[in-house]
Amino acid sequence: MSDPVVDLIIIGAGPAGISAALEASAHGLEVVLLDEQGSPGGQIWRNVAQADTRTRQVLGSDYSAGQPLVEALLASNVRYQPNAAVWQVTEERCVHFLLDGKARVLQGRQLLIATGAMERPMPIPGWTLPGVMTAGAGQILLKSAALVPQGPVILAGCGPLLYLLAVQYLRAGIGIEALVDTSERRDVFKHSRQLRQALAGWRDLLKGLSLLATLKRAGVKHYRAARNLRVEGGRRAEALCFDSDGRAQKVWASLILLHQGVAPNIQISQSLRADHDWNEQQLCWVARRDSWGETSLPGIFIAGDGGAIGGANVAATQGRLAALAIAHRLQKIDACRLQALSKPWLQMLGRQSAARPLIDALYRPLAQNRIPHDDTIVCRCEEVSAGTIRGYVELGCLGPNQTKAFGRCGMGPCQGRQCGLSVTEIIAEHRNVSPAQVGYYRIRPPLKPITLAQLASERELETSTSSTPERSLS
Amino acid sequence: MPTETLFRRLQLADKYVQIEFEGTPLTVPADVSLAAALLTHDLGATRESAINGRPGAAYCMMGVCFECLVEVDGQANCQACLIQVVEGMRVRRQRGARDLLIGGQGDE
Amino acid sequence: MHKTDLIVVGGGLVGMSIAYGLALLGRRVTVLDEGDDALRAARGNFGLLWVQGKGYRNAPYAGWTRQSVALWPEFNALLHADTGIDVHLRQPGGFQLCLSDEELAEETRRLVWLQEAFDGDYPFELLDPTQLKKRIPGIGPGVVGACYTPMDGHVNPLKLLRALYAACQTRGVKIVNGLSVEGIDQHASGFELRAGEQRFCAEHLVLAAGLGNRPLGAMLGMDVPVRPNRGQILVTERLQPFLQYPTTYVRQTDEGTVQLGDSLEAVGFDDRTSSQVMSEIAARAVQCFPRLGQVRMVRAWGALRVLSADGYPIYEAAHDSPGAFVVTCHSGVTLAAAHALRLAPWIAGEADEPAIRPFNLARFKGMREVHYAH
Repeated sequence: MSDPVVDLIIIGAGPAGISAALEASAHGLEVVLLDEQGSPGGQIWRNVAQADTRTRQVLGSDYSAGQPLVEALLASNVRYQPNAAVWQVTEERCVHFLLDGKARVLQGRQLLIATGAMERPMPIPGWTLPGVMTAGAGQILLKSAALVPQGPVILAGCGPLLYLLAVQYLRAGIGIEALVDTSERRDVFKHSRQLRQALAGWRDLLKGLSLLATLKRAGVKHYRAARNLRVEGGRRAEALCFDSDGRAQKVWASLILLHQGVAPNIQISQSLRADHDWNEQQLCWVARRDSWGETSLPGIFIAGDGGAIGGANVAATQGRLAALAIAHRLQKIDACRLQALSKPWLQMLGRQSAARPLIDALYRPLAQNRIPHDDTIVCRCEEVSAGTIRGYVELGCLGPNQTKAFGRCGMGPCQGRQCGLSVTEIIAEHRNVSPAQVGYYRIRPPLKPITLAQLASERELETSTSSTPERSLS
Repeated sequence: MPTETLFRRLQLADKYVQIEFEGTPLTVPADVSLAAALLTHDLGATRESAINGRPGAAYCMMGVCFECLVEVDGQANCQACLIQVVEGMRVRRQRGARDLLIGGQGDE
Repeated sequence: MHKTDLIVVGGGLVGMSIAYGLALLGRRVTVLDEGDDALRAARGNFGLLWVQGKGYRNAPYAGWTRQSVALWPEFNALLHADTGIDVHLRQPGGFQLCLSDEELAEETRRLVWLQEAFDGDYPFELLDPTQLKKRIPGIGPGVVGACYTPMDGHVNPLKLLRALYAACQTRGVKIVNGLSVEGIDQHASGFELRAGEQRFCAEHLVLAAGLGNRPLGAMLGMDVPVRPNRGQILVTERLQPFLQYPTTYVRQTDEGTVQLGDSLEAVGFDDRTSSQVMSEIAARAVQCFPRLGQVRMVRAWGALRVLSADGYPIYEAAHDSPGAFVVTCHSGVTLAAAHALRLAPWIAGEADEPAIRPFNLARFKGMREVHYAH
């Protein structure tokens, strides 16, 4: 890490980041790939190079599919840097990060953000109790530590990941107390309009159906169309209460894994003040991008779920395309070659994206699990409830930055990652306007906490780059 | 007494290490995050929030939510899901806000 | 068409303090405000009620500042009675921590000047490191000394903003937000303001829109020389209480977080942060309190001060537009009490206020604009 300026900096070593790094490197670009984790793969292929046979068998083939790519990365010329916590990115493509507790800065001629998705918050009553975790957390524990539930476990919410985790637990011989599904079977028919489009992506759909069939064969208690979910417990989770089949249900469990889909991690692109739009189909903010993935900021691209949710395969393809566009921009390939090289990837992208509208519609999270009742906490860091937010709207707040100033909602260390979507939607509903009119938090660095000593040490680094906006005191 | 331990290993780990939690020795798998290690024991809440003492424990496991904050070797507010467990680590619950004038380094 | 006695343009600390003061006098007030993403100094300030050193070579400003700080307990009691919100007013005095002998000498020179200007009625103390450590534990060896005055204090500025909104609402102030004023017409009966399709009428008009006062003033043919001046502030994770006194660079809030700041930068309307300035602020904070080095910064922001051409407030009763007032300052927290309890009665025509006479617009005639805050 001696040269402070490189051709391309990629943030995030998941499917998009690795694919982009390999493609860019193949065309002669000097690539630095920064990743927060200790090994490449992102969350989807987390720890894939180290996982033991039994864990791989439990996790299935989609997980092991990441191994060749990870191995190729480690064998390539890409300067892969694990354990790098990026805390600031500038419009001039300077990436500030912490490595081994030390502050570093690198500048890229081009920048690719491939930071993937985060689980959508599911703010139901009791969701802050110990013993309530996300399904994603359950999967990370399986991938990174070979941990499976010890006692009774409930999986609740909706989305492919929830079914996948259930099947993985079955393979591991873990009994599931209940699968509490907020989606309904008849939803499929509501969305027949998208079926034709989805046929091209039949593999993805079959995957979902076969997961469900596996669960049914195993006799997992599957509650459908569950409503009014609520975790009960004093100092830890004890049971999940909900309505299903026309009556109130209560299932006892000490571990409750929630999931209702994923949303793009937009912290970096928001902090850069790139243009974003509200995506009503995916109920989240997405950065505005051209077909290569370039944002409204020249030289800054996004590939994968960090742009919009498309899944691992789409992410890998978008990574390839962004890398090709960047190679062209840096004059490593000419326009003709760009066209030729990108054509197969573009065709593949079409096939891979086909089923997405149907998946989005099928697993659309319920309004009641996104926009909770007054006494449910939405901001875990500052412990602000939905009712408090509504009260601030009554006082005259139009958007999340005003409610943040009035009540600290979104001011904690997570920087609004956990509450941002909820707060926008709560305000929108209360004002009876669209989330697009409400807007999102103004995200600022630090994107990750940094100690004051680490920050102070940046003064020495700064002199070696001529890149950041100068302080101009008159 | 029924155990309330939330997670167990799929199979025995190759290696285990000893750490201390609130002064009690714990045997945990090596080569996993501290948050994962703690989840293999019945500990309940691993922090009390600085706002109103709300009990909290590991939630997202990917460094996003800051629910897994603990005190490690005297250093307050460590994200347990982002640090590897190390033999001999002394871990305590993070109770409320950290105290600037007690513990840690940086003495003047 | 909305019609009230007065329209206040601007829903920040300045506008809301005046609106509250007017409501206390029984006036019917409408506040017009922009939306969620407006530039808002009220969301970005440091929360000091600061007297020390202010108004060096400008005794009227020093006097006005002291008057406001003296009024703050009364203002606080009114807000609390109306809303139940504790804005955490504390006035234990404040410290200017000095990191070099030059800094200490300069600060002392200012305080001596002010003491003379007030005929000795300007209490302050100079403290050497040993004395300082007794008052503030955790002070670092880089601090060569400090100035203390018992006049300084601090408050939670965000709670203050919320309390003002709640108090105004309680007192019947109409707050219309999400709009920007596009035109002002003056008729015999008063002013008509245009914002999109909406029209607002009132006999009196108060422009308290911060940096927006420049274009708004121009609509009335006035030149209001205000410019943005950026200050960056860092905030740490919550800590157990360790610092009850406000200092100029480090302030622990009632929530336990520590605010560090701030910078003075003329960078136009850019309210972003820059890592160079942030690292300087961090370095200074660590010099003041070495143990802060291990503490994590969790937030940072840039906010734009509203700075007039000479750095002092503007309180103008418009000559050519009778009934219109222009109010601008960069100490919306310190001066909030004076704005509510002294300036509002003046605007309402209920009291003369000689203390504000030096702050009219006429003083800028022929003056070159400067970029410093005082």
